[in-house]
Amino acid sequence: MEVTTKSMPYEAFKDNEYIESLVKELQESGTNVIVGSLDKLINWGRSNSIWPLTFATSCCGIEFVSLGAARFDMARFGWEVARSSPRQADFMMVAGTIVNRMVPVFRRLYDQLAEPKYVIACGSCAISGGPFRKSYHVAKGIEDIVPVDVFVPGCPPRPEAMIYGIMQLSRKIKVERFFGGVNRKQKQEEFLAAHPVPGVND
Amino acid sequence: MAYSTDKITKLFPQATIEGDNIPVVTIANAQWHDLAKTLRDDADLKMDYLVTIVGMDWTTNLGCIYYLMSTTYDKIIGVKVLAEGDREQPYIQSVADLWAVATLYEREVYDFFGIIFIDNPDMRRLFLSIDWKGYPLRKDYDEDPALNPISTESERQSDFTDVYVMGADGKIQKKEERIFGKDEFVVNIGPQHPATHGVLRFRTSVDGETIKKIDVYMGYIHRGVEKLCESLMYPQTLHYMDRLDYFSAHNYHHALCMLIEKAAGIEISRRAQAIRVLMDELSRIASHCLFIGTYCMDLGATTMLFYTLRVREQILDIMEKTCGARMTFNYDCIGGVMQDLAPDFVEDVKALLATLPTNLKEYDEIFTGNVIARNRLEGVGYLSREDAISYAVTGPSGRASGWACDMRKLQPYSIYPELDFEEVIATEGDSMARYKCRLKEIEQSAKIIEQLIDNIPDGEYCVKVPKMLKLPVGSWFQVTEGCRGAFGLYLESDGSTKPYRLKIAPPCLPLAAVVDPITRGTKIADLITIGGSMDYIVPDIDR
Repeated sequence: MEVTTKSMPYEAFKDNEYIESLVKELQESGTNVIVGSLDKLINWGRSNSIWPLTFATSCCGIEFVSLGAARFDMARFGWEVARSSPRQADFMMVAGTIVNRMVPVFRRLYDQLAEPKYVIACGSCAISGGPFRKSYHVAKGIEDIVPVDVFVPGCPPRPEAMIYGIMQLSRKIKVERFFGGVNRKQKQEEFLAAHPVPGVND
Repeated sequence: MAYSTDKITKLFPQATIEGDNIPVVTIANAQWHDLAKTLRDDADLKMDYLVTIVGMDWTTNLGCIYYLMSTTYDKIIGVKVLAEGDREQPYIQSVADLWAVATLYEREVYDFFGIIFIDNPDMRRLFLSIDWKGYPLRKDYDEDPALNPISTESERQSDFTDVYVMGADGKIQKKEERIFGKDEFVVNIGPQHPATHGVLRFRTSVDGETIKKIDVYMGYIHRGVEKLCESLMYPQTLHYMDRLDYFSAHNYHHALCMLIEKAAGIEISRRAQAIRVLMDELSRIASHCLFIGTYCMDLGATTMLFYTLRVREQILDIMEKTCGARMTFNYDCIGGVMQDLAPDFVEDVKALLATLPTNLKEYDEIFTGNVIARNRLEGVGYLSREDAISYAVTGPSGRASGWACDMRKLQPYSIYPELDFEEVIATEGDSMARYKCRLKEIEQSAKIIEQLIDNIPDGEYCVKVPKMLKLPVGSWFQVTEGCRGAFGLYLESDGSTKPYRLKIAPPCLPLAAVVDPITRGTKIADLITIGGSMDYIVPDIDR
């Protein structure tokens, strides 16, 4: 299975060991001709139209606005349909600090996203708490709250970095398997089992 | 200034006054309300604008410093009131009946210091949840995360607020009052809502489509910047200024640098001052451009965003060449600026100035004259001048109500007194006026840049400052103009390399507070246009 992403040479992605190992594993285990072709078709469609949730808490959100405007133009990649409702979105770009009071809201938004769903931790605040890590009212990274697919470092990351991050996500979607056992789904179930929420049946 | 302080000593002989530039009056809690009333109403004082309330913990006792400004005489005065009672239940008389914005300011102090304000109609926590243990800005606050763990469970909500009154026996009595009526229909807007411009939450009581009352919930991006600053050295505290109101990054940086330089007695070169002012005004243009874009997008005119961001990107390119970043520049430093201007800075700025008039004309043609825009903005969200002052609504939003509150004129700083520019003032007080004020301010900022761009003085861009900067014991206060209004900073030093207390008085907190009174009686769709026209930035509100 070759992984291609529109308008960027494959060599540009070769530094991503995680996806490399994922592809290798898939190639070794092999796949059914019919089911595998169907997967390929679905992934082709999905990876080219991933819709973000408009979710921004601080500075990074403004760079996300710039990403949507004419100069960086994320419409080129099929990400421009930013949805205000989590039920219509495919992934959420966590742009900004998540503080204690926001955590339940953020978790609920994640739970409301329709499957399959993805999370990009955008900026150092979402990754680790960033410059506010020592604060009394800041979550030290969103990884403890939701599973994260892609980390985009920066404070705030440049729009180019965000493009790169979302492209990595779309590349990840391209190697997913729907019919032949979804690698991703399992990871999520594991995560939810390890982070139970009282009253919520995952 | 001497005259007004004389009057205070005459009327209140117990009060002590110190400080020459900004006098600070110390008064006992028992007389504080009388003094506040005198300060506000006396014809010679007229301190009708409450800039901020600085909560303080001097470890021996708690207290507040109120900073007041007279819109008639442009004078600032500080009033220090020590809290009565022990650390378990310290209290001060509320002044919420004199200045409307005090209701919220006092809630903030209560949240951070646990000082109870007697007779405040709404004494709840502001930023932290109602189950939060401890008062974070107290010096003896226990930061153990086990006490206040991060939880994915929804926080406890209450329909009641507390009111504390002084009983006849001298004991404080706590009363519970409903925020909304029992059969009111309350709609929750936010924190995740595209039109709240960030994570702000409105609990809106509606009658059909008409808004009856709004309860503003904040703290969804409260990052505890003030507490963090207390554990960092002065040069390290600067970078947080970038992340409060990220559009006013240069302006806020400028403000804190100026305050520290004033405290340390550092003179900076004229070149550095000119560069700082140039950057301030460029950010103002970029900020107002983004406001126009996002505001029009709220109203459905998505096209405008692409036109206004074109100018913003041009400015960001100029800044990137000099500062090395598109946002969070960290450019101003104590003693000047981080590095010299990029070689083609002047050329780029001139190219920007050349395209600006055509761009502004374009904005007018696309949006300002549009029938839908006019119907939705004109006469909507009226804010009177008195209310603007009482709610401390500064910046373009306050000036649209006829209040001349530009701190570049009232409290001149840096090289602004030498520059020729007009203060944009409108009298309509509606959403349209607030929008137009910003449009016109872009022209004025361009005018300032035009005057400076060919006359950037030669010299060093940064003077030598010791890396371990120590400030003398004392306190300093200043108000400057951010992109959204008056930005106050209070700094208290105990002689070490770290600030004892750094209070940030953001312009956006009153802007969010005023949404409730001016949206009452309007339709719920107007909440979007009114809230948008205020142009608050939520990380600036929450800090």
